[in-house]
Amino acid sequence: MKFKFIYSFVIFFIVLIVSFSCEKFVPASPSDEDLLEGPISGLSTQEINQFLRGDEAFNEVFTTQNGLGPLFVASSCGACHSGDGKGHLLTTLTRFGQVDSTGNHFIGLGGPQLQNRALPGYIPEQIPAGASSSKFTPPAVTGLGYLSAVSDESILSYSDPYDLDGDGISGVPNWIEIPSYIIPLPNAITNRDRYIGRFGKKAAAYNLLHQTVNAYNQDMGITSIFHPFDVYSGLEFDPEVPTQTIHDVVFYMQTLKAPIPRQQNDAEQIRGKEIFNQINCSSCHLPTLKTDYSPIQALSLKEFHPYTDLLLHDMGPDLDDGYTEGNAKTAEWRTPALWGLGLSPNSQGGQYFLMHDGRARSIEEAILWHGGEASNSKNLYQNLLQQDKEALIKFLKSL
Amino acid sequence: MKIFTYIFKRIFCFLLLTYFKLEANTQSDSIQFFQKIKEDTSRSKLNMDAVYNRPFLSVGKLPIAIGGYVEANTEYAAKDGVSNGFSFQARRLTLFFSSTIAKKLKFFSELEFEDGVKEINIEFAAMDIEFHPLLNLRAGILMNPIGGFNQNHDGPRWDFIDRPISATQIIPSTLSNVGFGFHGKYYFNRWIFGYEAYLTNGFDDQIISNSLNRTSLAEGKHNPERFIKSNSGLPMFTGKIAVRNRKIGELGLSYMTGVYNRWKQDGLILDSKRSASIFALDFNTSLFNQRIDFVGEIAKVWVDVPDTYSQTFGAEQFGGFVDILGAIYRKPILGWDKAKILIGLRLEYADFNQGIFKETDGNISDHIWAMVPTISFRPVGTTVIRFNYRYHQEIDLLGNPPARTGIIQVGFSSYF
Repeated sequence: MKFKFIYSFVIFFIVLIVSFSCEKFVPASPSDEDLLEGPISGLSTQEINQFLRGDEAFNEVFTTQNGLGPLFVASSCGACHSGDGKGHLLTTLTRFGQVDSTGNHFIGLGGPQLQNRALPGYIPEQIPAGASSSKFTPPAVTGLGYLSAVSDESILSYSDPYDLDGDGISGVPNWIEIPSYIIPLPNAITNRDRYIGRFGKKAAAYNLLHQTVNAYNQDMGITSIFHPFDVYSGLEFDPEVPTQTIHDVVFYMQTLKAPIPRQQNDAEQIRGKEIFNQINCSSCHLPTLKTDYSPIQALSLKEFHPYTDLLLHDMGPDLDDGYTEGNAKTAEWRTPALWGLGLSPNSQGGQYFLMHDGRARSIEEAILWHGGEASNSKNLYQNLLQQDKEALIKFLKSL
Repeated sequence: MKIFTYIFKRIFCFLLLTYFKLEANTQSDSIQFFQKIKEDTSRSKLNMDAVYNRPFLSVGKLPIAIGGYVEANTEYAAKDGVSNGFSFQARRLTLFFSSTIAKKLKFFSELEFEDGVKEINIEFAAMDIEFHPLLNLRAGILMNPIGGFNQNHDGPRWDFIDRPISATQIIPSTLSNVGFGFHGKYYFNRWIFGYEAYLTNGFDDQIISNSLNRTSLAEGKHNPERFIKSNSGLPMFTGKIAVRNRKIGELGLSYMTGVYNRWKQDGLILDSKRSASIFALDFNTSLFNQRIDFVGEIAKVWVDVPDTYSQTFGAEQFGGFVDILGAIYRKPILGWDKAKILIGLRLEYADFNQGIFKETDGNISDHIWAMVPTISFRPVGTTVIRFNYRYHQEIDLLGNPPARTGIIQVGFSSYF
């Protein structure tokens, strides 16, 4: 009898403790500033629901059953942008066939993108003889909604094509032709029927819909109402992904939060920020931009800190792969946003794969690959004291 | 308002867990009108005997005996601190039917309802014809004898709520296929030797084309046509040898291999023949005067994945688990004369993609490890009430920081 009482009491006590403290026994969430995932704040319930649908679609895995390939690079958006961050060399893609602004002359031979993987029984694509090529490592997809809401007027205001200020840095937009399904921004600025591209390594995608449709088609071999042509056969297919799903994915990327800066009060980090400005990194990696009106209210008229000017810059012969897109020259690359740089190893397998093709294995190595318009800044960096270099890199990792 | 929600959530949680405890305590034996054929708990059984070694009910002179088991639990899970709260899970309701048709002719079937009615499977429906104790023909839907868990998977036998990851995702337990083969046993003093060898239908292309985005033999079970035709047109071989010493324990070695892909259709060659193979080693023993049981299994998988396909689908996998379990209390409790309280620990690991990235020469990750402490209460041998805490870390393909998951589970499983 005594034991029954003790036994029942012990069981009751254990159940009581566990019931009241379940949350204490499970792993805690990482700090928000250490994650790239998550929506921007201020979304409505309806917008949050669309964000969640987009999140699910972003990570949908395509197989032979739902349209993958037969030639492809990856089988889901999430495969290239793990945790919404930068990608790994595993999913680095290859583009080929264009050397100047006259366009890609290898479209009929599988260009512009190499599908280097194939379903069993198929043979992956090869780069045709005579075609120049370049490798592109997947970028992070966070904060893209902010970049998409910057006005053309703002982007043009950062441009200095004739280097009138004499700082050695010009910066030009990539004027591109846009597909018929793209609706230009209300205040879009055109130049001989071409629009300002802002996404992609060469700024050859006009907006996130353009980028997403191309990725479905060229990366995964998935046809859509926007791009119904199969990459393998070249024939027009029924859409393999619903139109609503594409809109959900676009919305997801538009509303992914911007990376949250860290260690903002650290003295070394503050000194690093000063050095960043002193050696003119900030001339191209503009710290602060502002959004124009956006139909997503949470993105409208917001100041944000991406560290890019969305313009093309000549980066010198070492980074000239002999391939280009749109109106860009082969040595020109769009300034990549630096926000979230410190979190890159969390999506790149604990290592850095920086620059357009992942060739740089550290931030310092990436700085040293800079040339062309960035030569002066690189030289200034090389002349810094070691502790100043470390402060600068600490600042870059805090973004 | 927040404090009320907080208290309400905890009271609700408490009531749920208390409910499970009371439910377990108030079970009554309602089957006394039937003749109960008890499970044979002698130490002369191998894992391969598990299919018949279950408690059955025989009613009057009916030629058929029936049995089954049920498993249900509640759990609270959180991955990297994000939880969707509590869930109740009706994991399995399994029904057995066995019949001795005539002398040396036996039939057994096992019908399983998994996750409610989400999956309804015939796990076993085979006839045994005994020519000699060393030569029995088995034909029908049979359990492929790969590893130990696949053959010996009934919930009430295990003191852990979740099945081992390696036994369900490396070895795709429970795996059954249609085919035939032979099995037999030989006894010699303290030793028992057993073998099984079957030809069955095999896997299909889904093992390297699935929404998990990794090689998964378990995905090959989703093809409903596998009980009608072989995807490759070729049989899959499964063989096992096992040896048990009544004092030491059991050791089993098993191997399964077969072509999984549709390499030919209408006489036209579509692809080369691609095989999937598993080698498994399973063991169980009791040490320290049979106070502590050790049960484990390791398995290695080889799959012929085309070089031009995605490296996310690995050509090699490896995994295993070990359960350590001991009774800490064996005395009558609340009227159950042979009640036991046990504590134990499961350690498990599964690497879904063993290999090197072609692009970097770096290691491909995609693995998971887990540890699961358990406290279980067995009012009778055929019923177990289990309290588990599962902690596991999943590393993705690229080797990014792990996703950490904690799961608190309370549940029961019982033969009936």
